[in-house]
Amino acid sequence: MAYSHDKNIIVEIIDLHKWFGSFHVLKGINLHVHRGERIVICGPSGSGKSTLIRCINRLEEHQKGKIIVDGIELTNNVKNIEKIRSEVGMVFQHFNLFPHLTVLENLTLGPIWVRKMPKKEAEEIAMHFLEKVHIVDQAHKYPGQLSGGQQQRVAIARSLCMSPKIMLFDEPTSALDPEMIKEVLDVMIELAQEGMTMIVVTHEMGFAKKVAHRVMFMDGGVIVESNPPEEFFSNPRHERTKLFLSQILH
Amino acid sequence: MEKGAEVKPPISDTTIAGWLKKNLFSTKLNSFLTIITLYYLWKTIPPFVKWAFLDSAWFTPPQMCRNIDGACWSVITKNIRFILFGFFPYDQQWRPLVAMLVLFGLLYYSKERHRWNRRLIYYWGVGLTIMAILMKGGIFGLTSVESTKWSGLPLTLLLSVFGLTAAYPLGVILALGRQSKMPAVKVLSIVYIELIRGVPLISLLFMGSIIFPLFLPEGITISKILRAQVAIILFTAAYIAEVVRGGLQAIPKGQYEAAASLGLNYYQTMRLVVLPQALKIVIPPTVSVLISAFKDTSLVVIIALYDVLKTTQTVLSDPHWMGFSREAYIFLAILYFLGCFSMSQTSRKLERELNIER
Repeated sequence: MAYSHDKNIIVEIIDLHKWFGSFHVLKGINLHVHRGERIVICGPSGSGKSTLIRCINRLEEHQKGKIIVDGIELTNNVKNIEKIRSEVGMVFQHFNLFPHLTVLENLTLGPIWVRKMPKKEAEEIAMHFLEKVHIVDQAHKYPGQLSGGQQQRVAIARSLCMSPKIMLFDEPTSALDPEMIKEVLDVMIELAQEGMTMIVVTHEMGFAKKVAHRVMFMDGGVIVESNPPEEFFSNPRHERTKLFLSQILH
Repeated sequence: MEKGAEVKPPISDTTIAGWLKKNLFSTKLNSFLTIITLYYLWKTIPPFVKWAFLDSAWFTPPQMCRNIDGACWSVITKNIRFILFGFFPYDQQWRPLVAMLVLFGLLYYSKERHRWNRRLIYYWGVGLTIMAILMKGGIFGLTSVESTKWSGLPLTLLLSVFGLTAAYPLGVILALGRQSKMPAVKVLSIVYIELIRGVPLISLLFMGSIIFPLFLPEGITISKILRAQVAIILFTAAYIAEVVRGGLQAIPKGQYEAAASLGLNYYQTMRLVVLPQALKIVIPPTVSVLISAFKDTSLVVIIALYDVLKTTQTVLSDPHWMGFSREAYIFLAILYFLGCFSMSQTSRKLERELNIER
């Protein structure tokens, strides 16, 4: 691997275990993510891939192992958790925009209340990122008035407004109508080209081929295979990976 | 027919005859019901109008009322000052009147949502101070009036306006407490809500007026009105808490997660994301609770507070005016209706305005 110095590591996961009740979801995950690196995680449903990235900003609590984000270990310390969350952007499958706020207010909420930024400055930044996701003209509408693809782009812009050091995407295109997937992926590709560190849970293999440094296949709570995309797609080593790829690539 | 030519709606939807046929005489049963209803309306409305307006007396002394067939509204007009202001010193009754006008003015001004800002809080502060000074006196050359003399409509309004405005935030806090992850807070909230909901308001009022003073150290007294007020607040808050809890449960988990992923803390999440949505959803049931709490303030008669219901009853116990209870209670019903109806109208307006985003 091209990266090696430790201070270049933004996320470090060491022997991570998680149980839902008695169900063992994550069984000893080890993962290092370098600054600027882009990782795509795929795998069948129930394999623990969403749970894994939700552990990184503590939307899920892990029971064993260590997660260190930007030099801070995730523990029960609420202040640390809030600090990490403000540095880690997250985009959800179902967008999760705030329906009672306009698009602009959705974007400025974090900067104003978490970053204590003056409203005017926050709005300027918000407009900048709305421009970036090509949706400036919808700034004063409510989320309910937008299409799914537009809502997801707003959600991406909302995360970007916090100037995150890393972005997590939890199946960002799974809830979208087919014709809207491309507009969201295009925004994500632009983001990747600007050097954003990203961990993306998705089955969009075209996206993975285009921007990922590493593609990981998860199954049954473990990382089965992790390789650069050329290697991953052309020469999968494990039977389970082969089977999965044959199923989703048809 | 030519394509795109304008087609008129069917006759039945546009003419009066068509409307009547469609809505009132569509089937044999409906025609029958329509006729029955019309018959009863004919039997009740004209006699009522005759009683209430044509044969009625409005400003006569009680003796003259005995000689007429119609309503004796004089029972209201001749006693209006006692009904409205009760035992407040007669020559000082302009003071509660002005206080009520200030209150109505503030309530009316607060109706518009775009006025909900810091200035409004300031206005309420000033308004409440003026009202307190007017009611209590003792400064600016106003004679001091004991709170035991406060009665009639000002008392009803005092109990309900403060009861409701204090119960609402308390209820919201209790609802949040019941959802809290901290076991102590959660258990306390549940115990409070279930205990209060488990007893009738009357028993709380009795406790406040009879049992509570027994526990106070000697020499310390708390006004009866304040004790009733606190009982009403505690009681209403428990009901509001359960209504608000319903709203909180309707907020999807994704909203909490999105707020968390931005780094918002618990209070910010609740204040900025969850409560604005949850409270909006529960406007209709909340207003139901508030309306019934408003009407329940009349229960304070049982601890001998003279609210507007009690002052009216007092007038009716005067031998001169005995027997005119119909008129008096119709008047009271109208008063309460105005209060409740304006609450429900305001809430519907609020709902309409908050619905623009969907």
